[in-house]
Amino acid sequence: MDRPPVVPVGVIVASFAAAFALTALPMADWAAPWRPPWVTLVLLYWCFAVPERVGVLVGWICGLILDVHLGTLVGQHALGLGVVAWLARRIYRRVRLLPLWQQGLSVFGVVMVDQLIVSWVTGMRGHPVDALTHVSVPLAGAVLWPWIFLILRRVRRRYQSE
Amino acid sequence: MAVRSAMNFFTRSSSPTLRLGICAVLSLALMVSDHHRQHAVLIRSALSVVVYPLQLVVSTIFVDLPRETISWLSTRRSLIRESEELRHELLVLGSRIERLQELEGENRRLRRLLESSARIDDRVLVASVLGVDIDPASSGLVLNKGTQHGIRRGQSVIDANGILGQVDHAGPISSTVVLITDASHALPVVLSRNGLRSIAVGGGPTGELDLAYVPKDADIEVGDLLVSSGLGGRFPAGYPAATVVRVETARAGSYAEVRLRPLADLRRAREVLVVFPSDGDAEGTDAG
Repeated sequence: MDRPPVVPVGVIVASFAAAFALTALPMADWAAPWRPPWVTLVLLYWCFAVPERVGVLVGWICGLILDVHLGTLVGQHALGLGVVAWLARRIYRRVRLLPLWQQGLSVFGVVMVDQLIVSWVTGMRGHPVDALTHVSVPLAGAVLWPWIFLILRRVRRRYQSE
Repeated sequence: MAVRSAMNFFTRSSSPTLRLGICAVLSLALMVSDHHRQHAVLIRSALSVVVYPLQLVVSTIFVDLPRETISWLSTRRSLIRESEELRHELLVLGSRIERLQELEGENRRLRRLLESSARIDDRVLVASVLGVDIDPASSGLVLNKGTQHGIRRGQSVIDANGILGQVDHAGPISSTVVLITDASHALPVVLSRNGLRSIAVGGGPTGELDLAYVPKDADIEVGDLLVSSGLGGRFPAGYPAATVVRVETARAGSYAEVRLRPLADLRRAREVLVVFPSDGDAEGTDAG
């Protein structure tokens, strides 16, 4: 097994920072259910690309930050993103071989699991849950996946050292 | 074996499934702790310092900058017109305050005669609302002031028109506000026309409120003003909160369905006032 190329930590942190910033972007009310799951997508990319560095623990910490960022219950997105990273770990070998649009289908499934976990907790607290987001958010994620993938791959190849 | 696995948790050799298990247990513990406002609040405070710069950057680039550019590009003529309008408004408001001062004095004299406590002017702090979207399920606000500026959980947040909500969490340099329209929020109110007491419960995504437990024969009409009653000790009394927009008595049961619209501009508020309680009893008993 050959040694995987090393991606600088700064690049990974910067991509997550950008994802957090995009998550907070003000959107019109009608567009709110279609807000792309930026952090989940970036997490998935790094889980697929460098599974030996980005895994469950990174996902969980990102989830904690996202919870504070969005003002949701601390642990809610942490659980969701932990599961996302775990799923990514199980499927990354197969997903890497798929064409981009089929990768998008996998992303759809994984984001949907994340959404279901988050809205399950929201519902348990007695807050209203918009059922549309169970489909709209994964759909937005699947549609954006090819672009996220191409941009982040370009960034990674540029900064990684052999 | 189990101890060894646990020790391997932070090393590369432990299995992802084990890590997920530990993270899931930690998540659940944190959620329960945060729901009951225990130790997880400390984590929230610490991480809020990390995310605040990001929120500030988004707000500055996508909301403040376009707004600044527009105002910078506005012509001299429109500025002159605006300043004239503001001067007129100031004149009108000034004259109204003159009358109010007289009424306030009279009110104080009468209250002294009745030997009831007078409402002292509340101290307020101006805070800016960051232009960021947070949790779609509760859609609260992020303010640019925190415990450093004296803000505590539970303080009321108002704008020029009425009550917006209350401070849900105060971090060191920023704080989040839960709106009165949030489904988990209840506000004790009183009908200003006849003194009918009730509780205004948030309606969630509708952006409106419902009046709880109002009998069908209660004297309530569309357009009536509701002000905070001060019961429960969380909100100061006498601040306008909402107006009645619909009264429905035709349904089953013994209570009427009363819909309210908040007076404060919840969606577009840019600057808000955080009220400091005048007698130091910030912690009320009503649920937030």
